[in-house]
Amino acid sequence: MPRRLLQVLLPAAIGALVIALWYGVHTWLTEDMRFLLPAPGAVLAAFRDHGSELARATLNTTEGALLGFILAVAISFAFALGLSLSPLVRVSFYPYLMILQMTPVIVFAPILVLWVGAGIKSVVVITFLICFFPLVVNTTQGLISTDRNLVELFRMYRARRLQELWLLRVPSALPYFFTGLRIAATLAPIGALVGDYTAGSSAGNGGGLGFQTIIYSSRAQYPALFATAMVTCALGFVFVAVVVSLSWLVLRHWHDSYDRADG
Amino acid sequence: MPAPPIVEFQDVAKRYGGGPLVLDRITFRSKPGDFTSIIGPSGCGKSTLLRLIAGLSPVSAGTLTIGGGTAESAATELAFVFQDPTLLPWLNVAGNVRLPHRLRGVPQAQGAAAQEQALALVGLAGHARFYPRQLSGGQKMRVSLARALTLSPSILLLDEPFGALDEMTRERLNEELLAIRQQQAWSAFFVTHSVAEAVFLSTRIIVLAPHPGRIHAEVTVDLPYPRTAETRFTRRYQDLVTDTSRLLHSVAPAA
Repeated sequence: MPRRLLQVLLPAAIGALVIALWYGVHTWLTEDMRFLLPAPGAVLAAFRDHGSELARATLNTTEGALLGFILAVAISFAFALGLSLSPLVRVSFYPYLMILQMTPVIVFAPILVLWVGAGIKSVVVITFLICFFPLVVNTTQGLISTDRNLVELFRMYRARRLQELWLLRVPSALPYFFTGLRIAATLAPIGALVGDYTAGSSAGNGGGLGFQTIIYSSRAQYPALFATAMVTCALGFVFVAVVVSLSWLVLRHWHDSYDRADG
Repeated sequence: MPAPPIVEFQDVAKRYGGGPLVLDRITFRSKPGDFTSIIGPSGCGKSTLLRLIAGLSPVSAGTLTIGGGTAESAATELAFVFQDPTLLPWLNVAGNVRLPHRLRGVPQAQGAAAQEQALALVGLAGHARFYPRQLSGGQKMRVSLARALTLSPSILLLDEPFGALDEMTRERLNEELLAIRQQQAWSAFFVTHSVAEAVFLSTRIIVLAPHPGRIHAEVTVDLPYPRTAETRFTRRYQDLVTDTSRLLHSVAPAA
């Protein structure tokens, strides 16, 4: 069988297998236990029955995730520029960045809600906190990994420091930046959901996917809960797909990771 | 009266920080239009000598005069070609050749002609939109050379520019370099490990001895220009290669 066909068929087959297994386990469970794993059809029905509120929640979560993500990109970039200045600056700041990253945001979330107020503001801040670290670490690494020979070339032409930054250091940091961006893109929807879970309940806009998680679990609407998980997952895929496309657009001409794209 | 030297070393010494002497008592002068090759065993300070002319590093003692001024003031007269093509991978060939003008703040309308001419000189006029990774090693080196030529330098510094290329490509680029020199009046300082390359290109060869780097001998190459591939088959060329190789071996007994 041609390889290309296999590359489509095999993943599809595995998907079908997982759904069959899912259905199998569901029917294998005794009647009173089946609520633990709703049938695929029930989840599909939940999409229909809760469609409008899921759509609204998805929109709200997307807004929070996007704003937090963009904020993290902008601020981490400025921060990375500062960190790239000298090893001393990095040594001084890295321990605190680590502390920020190691502290589970979920512990902080209730306090953050008190600090910045409930609703979208908390969602944005929590998303920001989750996305910030991988972005700042990768971008900084990129900014300090500039090819020494190219730096020498710029010095030779008496380039000004700003020219060296914008024409050399920033472009050569782009592959690293996109690595950070890809990680942050997978984290942003999760961050927004966690934020919403703690802070979204009293939001004026009706809450997001985190808030729906609370509602569905308190009402034991498990099929809807599964639907919520799937929507969140899909949202993550969209985020990653956008970043991957962006990365392809920017790097395809020159970066080795796209070497097969055009000979 | 002879023309004033374009580069003059007067008792120049160089050490980095508190380290040992890298270069010691370097004294020589080059006239405008000279093609000076610098050869010598590893660690004899060939590249350092070039870096001093480029003003990338200050001399530790003695005086270095370039075009009548200091290395720092002569910066705009110089262009450097490194051993590595040092192209920016995210810019296409045209963008790379444009870089020196961009760094100097020359408006594109003003620099375009010089950039196109430089690309044509190295035979890559049709490759302006290619990206570096689409080029062969020899083509990348040509772009690097074109980039150096856009500024119409009066001194061209070349640090083993063809060292990483295969022999055929290297010989062809040597011939092209001389052809370009026929059209543009720059003086060259060329660091190489290859005696044959040095003889083929130069008007003069400086042989350095190591620890610390000092001038061991000088060879005047009296082969007439233009030199072509045929020049390599002449008796005079081969004698000069032999003599210069002997000189080089007298500094560096085979390890």
